[in-house]
Amino acid sequence: MSTQRQIVESTLARRYARESRFQWYGRISILIGILFLGFLLVTTFLNGYKVLLQTYIQLEVDLTPAQFGGEITEESIAGANYDGIIKSSLRAEFPDVSGRKNRRALYGLISNGAKYDLRDMLIENPAMAGDIRPIWLLADDEVDVFMKGRIDRNQPEANRRLKDNAIGWIDRFIEQGRVEKRFNVPFFTRGDSREPEQAGIFGAIMGSFFTIMVCMLLAVPIGVAAAVYLQELAPKNRITDLIEVNINNLAAVPSIIFGLLGLAIFLNVFGLPRSVPLVGGMVLSLMTLPTIIISSRAALAAVPPSIREAALGVGASPIQTVLHHVLPLAMPGMLTGAIIGLAQALGETAPLLVIGMVAFIVDVPGGPMDPGTVLPVQIYLWSDSPERAFVERTSAAILVLLAFLVALNSFIVLLRRKLERRW
Amino acid sequence: MNEQVKSDSSNLLEREVVDNPDFVTVGDIAVENPAMTCRDVNVYYADKQAIFDVSVDIGRNEVIAMIGPSGCGKSTFLRCLNRMNDTIEICRVTGDIALEGEDIYARSMDVVLLRARVGMVFQKPNPFPKSVYDNVAYGVRLHGLARNKSELDDIVEQSLKKAGLWNEVNDRLDKPGTGLSGGQQQRLCIARAIAISPELILMDEPCSALDPIATARIEDLIDELRQQYSIAIVTHSMQQAARVSQRTAYFHLGKLVEVGPTNDIFTKPIHGLTEGYITGRFG
Repeated sequence: MSTQRQIVESTLARRYARESRFQWYGRISILIGILFLGFLLVTTFLNGYKVLLQTYIQLEVDLTPAQFGGEITEESIAGANYDGIIKSSLRAEFPDVSGRKNRRALYGLISNGAKYDLRDMLIENPAMAGDIRPIWLLADDEVDVFMKGRIDRNQPEANRRLKDNAIGWIDRFIEQGRVEKRFNVPFFTRGDSREPEQAGIFGAIMGSFFTIMVCMLLAVPIGVAAAVYLQELAPKNRITDLIEVNINNLAAVPSIIFGLLGLAIFLNVFGLPRSVPLVGGMVLSLMTLPTIIISSRAALAAVPPSIREAALGVGASPIQTVLHHVLPLAMPGMLTGAIIGLAQALGETAPLLVIGMVAFIVDVPGGPMDPGTVLPVQIYLWSDSPERAFVERTSAAILVLLAFLVALNSFIVLLRRKLERRW
Repeated sequence: MNEQVKSDSSNLLEREVVDNPDFVTVGDIAVENPAMTCRDVNVYYADKQAIFDVSVDIGRNEVIAMIGPSGCGKSTFLRCLNRMNDTIEICRVTGDIALEGEDIYARSMDVVLLRARVGMVFQKPNPFPKSVYDNVAYGVRLHGLARNKSELDDIVEQSLKKAGLWNEVNDRLDKPGTGLSGGQQQRLCIARAIAISPELILMDEPCSALDPIATARIEDLIDELRQQYSIAIVTHSMQQAARVSQRTAYFHLGKLVEVGPTNDIFTKPIHGLTEGYITGRFG
C-alpha cells in the first residue's frame, strides 16, 4: 500500500527528466539556428568584405599637348581620345609587346571605364594636362581578382583567364610599387555596370529606398485604416466576413502574382512607366497590405475591452474611442506588423522582375519616377554574371541589404519604443 | 429534513416566478418624480431572452441597489440604462426606458449625449493609461464643458475632491492613473464619471475587486454623491445594498421579483424568493 506521497515521488524523476529533455531540444534547435545564421553571415562577409578595396595601377600617362590636338583648351580636353591615351601609355610601358592579341591583353590590364575617369579627372583639374605624369587608374576586374589572391598562378595557363604574359606585366608593376589596393569609392557611389570593377551598389540602394518609401507611405496608412474600420467600426455581416476571408487568402498569395497584377493594372491600364520605383512600391504595398491589416487587427483586438467601455461610458463616440484610446494602445503592435510587412517587401524580388525592375540600369535613380532596380534584384543580377569579381559584389550587396533591413527594423523599433507608453 | 422542505419550497417558488409569463413584480415599482422610468424592458441575446418585462423607476437623489444571484440579469439591465449594450452585436432591447421623460432608445436620442447624461462606473477599475489629471479631464474636454484651462483645473479638482481622492493624488496629477492602488483607481473612475456632471450614475459592482477598507470608502462616497446624483448600483453583497441604498430591487433569472424601500426588503420581504435570498437559503 503506497501512500500518495510515495506515488508522487516515484513519478518525479521521470517528470524532471522530461523537462530537461525538452529544454535540451530547445537549446539544440536554437544552436542549429545560430550555426546556420553564423555560417551564412560569415561566408557572406568573407566574400563581401573584399569589395571594400579595389586595385589601381599607376601609369605614366602621356598628357602632352599633342594628345589634345596641339592646344589645351576646355574643349580639347573634353573631346580628347582618352582610350587612345591610355593605350599608348601602356604601349610605352611595354614597348616589346607586339601582335594584336598580346596588345589587347595588355590593354586589358586597365579597366574599360578608366578612360571616363581620366576624362573627368582632367575636366575637373585641367592643369594636369601638358605633361607625362603618373596617374592611378582603375585596374581591370581580372587584375583585381588576381591581386586579391583568387587566381592561382601555378595552374595551367589554359585554365586561367589571366595569361602568363599579363601576370608578368602585373609582376613588373608590383615590383615598381605601382599597384595599389584602395578604398572602393565607386562601389558605393555608382550604379550598375557590365564591368565588375565599375559596378556600384548605389543605384540599387536608392532604388530600394524609393521603393520602400512608396510602399510604406501607401501600405501603412491604408492598412491601418482598413484594420481600424474592419475591427472597430464595420458591422459584422456577410460582406465583412467575405472581405476578411479574402484578406486572409491574399496574405498567402505568391508574390509574383502581385507583380503580374501590377503589370496588368499599373503598367497596362494606367500606363505608368516600366522599371520605376513608384510602380515597384505600389506592387509591394499590394503585397504587404494583407500582412499589415491582419497584424493590425490582431493588435486592435488585443486592446482590453475595459478601455473601450471606459471611453464609451464617458460619452466618447466610437471613432473618438478608437482614435483617443484604442489606436494609441494598439500602435506598438501595429508597427510590429508594419515591420514584418516592410521587411518582406524589402527582400522581395519576383514581383519586381515582372514590372521591369530587372532591367540593366546604369544611372542612379534620383526619384521614384526614374528607372531603377532594388537591392534583391541587384543581387540576383550579379549572382547571375559570369565574371568572378561579381562574386564579392554579390556578397557585398547581400550585406548592404541586411544592413538596410537592420536599419529599417531599428527605426521602427525606436518608433515603437517612443509610442509604447503602457502605464 | 427541515433543509429538504425549505429547498423544495424555494424550488416551487422559483417555478412559480419563472414559468409564469404573467408574473408581476411585487412591491412599488414607481416613485414620485423619477429620474428614469423603465417599463416592460425585455433584453435578448440572439434568441435567448435575458430580461423579462422589467419595470422600475429610479428616483431622484436616491441610490437604488440591484441584487440577485449570479446570472440573474441585473448587470445586463443596468447596461441598458445608458445603452452600453449597443456595443454587443447580438443584444436586442425592447420596452420603454425614459430619462427625464425622453425615450433613450428613440431614434432622436443621441447615444453620445445619453452617455454624457448617464455616467457609468464599471466592475473592474478601468482608468485610461493616461495621467490622473487627463483621466478626469478627458470627458470634460470631449464634451467641451470647460471654457478654459483654469475652469478645467477647477472641475478636475472638484471631481477628485468629491470622489475623496484629492488629498491622495494632488501632488501627482501628472502620474499615470494606472499606477494608483485598486481602490484609488475605482475612485478615479468615479471622479471621471462625475466630472461631466451626469444626471444619473450607473455602478456595476464597483467594489467587487476591492478590499474591505477601499469598499468602505467607496460606500461612504456613494452616500455623499446621493446629495447631487441619482445612482443605480448593482451589487453582489446584500450588506452593501443594505448600507448604501434607499431602495432595493431583487432580480431572479431575468425577472424583477420585488422592489421596495431597502429597509422593508431586508426586514419584511413580501415575496418568498426575496426572503430566501436575503436570508441566505439560496443564491
